[in-house]
Amino acid sequence: MKSLFDKLWDAHVVVQQTADKPAILYIDLHLVHEVTSPQAFDVLRERGLTVRRPDRTLATMDHSIPTVPISSLSELDVVSETAAAYQIRQVMKNCSDFGIELKDFTSPDRGIVHVIGPELGATQPGKTIVCGDSHTSTHGAFGALAFGIGTTEVAHVLATQCMLQRKPKSFAINLNGTLQRGVSAKDIVLRIIGEIGVAGGTGYAVEYRGSAIGALSMDERMTICNMSIEAGARAGMMAPDDTTFEYLAGREMAPKGAAWDAAVARWRELPGDPDAAFDREINLDVSVMKPMVTFGTNPGMVVAIDEPIPAPSGNDKAFAKALEYMQVEPGQRLAGTPVDVVFIGSCTNARLSDLEAAASIVKGRQVADNVRMLVVPGSQRIKNEAEAMGLDDIFKAAGAEWREPGCSMCIAMNGDTVAAGRLAVSTSNRNFEGRQGSGARTVLASPLTAAASAISGTVADPRQLVD
Amino acid sequence: MEPIKSITSKTVVIPLDDIDTDQIIPARFLTTTTREGLGEHLFTDWRYTKDGTPNPDFVLNAPEAQDAQILVAGRNFGCGSSREHAPWALLDFGLRVAISTEIADIFFNNALKNGFIPVVVDADTHAWLLENPGVEITVDLESSTVIVPGRDPVPFSVDSFAKYCLLNGLDQMGFLTQHADDIAAFEARAE
Repeated sequence: MKSLFDKLWDAHVVVQQTADKPAILYIDLHLVHEVTSPQAFDVLRERGLTVRRPDRTLATMDHSIPTVPISSLSELDVVSETAAAYQIRQVMKNCSDFGIELKDFTSPDRGIVHVIGPELGATQPGKTIVCGDSHTSTHGAFGALAFGIGTTEVAHVLATQCMLQRKPKSFAINLNGTLQRGVSAKDIVLRIIGEIGVAGGTGYAVEYRGSAIGALSMDERMTICNMSIEAGARAGMMAPDDTTFEYLAGREMAPKGAAWDAAVARWRELPGDPDAAFDREINLDVSVMKPMVTFGTNPGMVVAIDEPIPAPSGNDKAFAKALEYMQVEPGQRLAGTPVDVVFIGSCTNARLSDLEAAASIVKGRQVADNVRMLVVPGSQRIKNEAEAMGLDDIFKAAGAEWREPGCSMCIAMNGDTVAAGRLAVSTSNRNFEGRQGSGARTVLASPLTAAASAISGTVADPRQLVD
Repeated sequence: MEPIKSITSKTVVIPLDDIDTDQIIPARFLTTTTREGLGEHLFTDWRYTKDGTPNPDFVLNAPEAQDAQILVAGRNFGCGSSREHAPWALLDFGLRVAISTEIADIFFNNALKNGFIPVVVDADTHAWLLENPGVEITVDLESSTVIVPGRDPVPFSVDSFAKYCLLNGLDQMGFLTQHADDIAAFEARAE
């Protein structure tokens, strides 16, 4: 009676946990980026250690990289702050010194770490995947056990390909029903976080199950798993199925030929046993879900776009502070609130289908005069594919900016920021105070809602604009 | 790391739930490639006003908070990103313990690996600590209890291995590298 999570865990235990010691867990794929790795490489140097498995380690530069075109370090120096440019140089030096493959800013494979892992076929069912980044849960969409780690653990995995872990509890979120038009995977996950709260998943590995998951594309599944951490969960995952295998078939790092057939046969054994037990379980019907928007300063402060902002319960200082920061009041509906910036991007919603969804709204329309709209593809490959489809022309004709790939305005480390007091409707994952720039106000939403808001100039319900 | 047995200090209280790592250390300071110096930017958007002067209403700017080593915070402290810069910034500022009713998972693990003690207490103790800022308390790692004046010692949970490492000033890299043979055997089986 094993769940998907049990199977993934058991297959990677090098040394079992005891009352005294956590388990030693083997890591199949370690993704590395420029922000959380430099201090880990320093640990290796201080101790004279090497990277145990460079072949299981893949690096990119995404957080502090500019989204204007650059082709050389000297151009980087012109557009980036000194510290950010130094950080980029440092990841290049570290990967070179330790023999790690780096998808640098000249690589056709570069992009946001959680976009390129799946895109290259490095992310596969049955794997353990870690990265010094909390949105590593994205890769769980493939039936992998994937989670974010700190820099000390980055050093552990670089040196030993292992980490110390106690097995978390398990949490099944069962999603059934059919999504209505204009409602998307982002709305599902925002609704889940609103339901269980930003600490509702703490201590758990979540498995999303049910017919609504089976109906989703891999892009949509990744959007849901991506935000598992916003409910505090250690990991989020989904059983692999034919949709998963079709996505991976033929990708360069996926198995080929007889090895592919063997892999698929193995992967078909991964879904949990029907009567596997979970420590917690909830059921949600996606057919009653609506487009969701956040009104506060964490992703759990979220309402349907046509519903009023709730009143704080009791003496909730953080809730009151959040409403004051966001300049909104209980009872108010966000729809109709003027918007300054719309950001389509991030590891949550910058895949090709996200750009297509946004373009479907923008096509033949104009971004409102009061709005700056920034579209940042998740990877170079997505950018190229979108351009081949003419999506860039649709966005540019509407008055949006079409940028180079990276994390960009989600974390605002690269110069792409929202000014203090300005309101951004963003397809990213965090609406924390100052996340998109000191004093910036963020409304999290789906690509459809963000695009509809760009056209309207106010927070807007996409159901009025979808064909 | 220096061994840690217990920490005695007055508390400083930030009574807000869901304090995220973007507040503890905003992303714009993560372009650093070292661990040092982040205390200067701890809670920077709350500590400083828009013109860069210290915000007199923020508790960490109060004179009596200057040598406090124990932070009492609302529920779900440290939620958000995996940035280990959060415990680095807290430690660099001089804080060594965070007490709450819930502490986010990745922050909790990162803290322990740096000698910053995350302490989860019951709701009653937490409410008392929120209402009594500045009280001197002891977080005793050896007995895993918080000693609060006039109250029974309050037990807290800490992973036995993490505790062993903290009490003895050990980090976990040495433990993992000693298992190289087990790891090689696992790889031989799995590949």
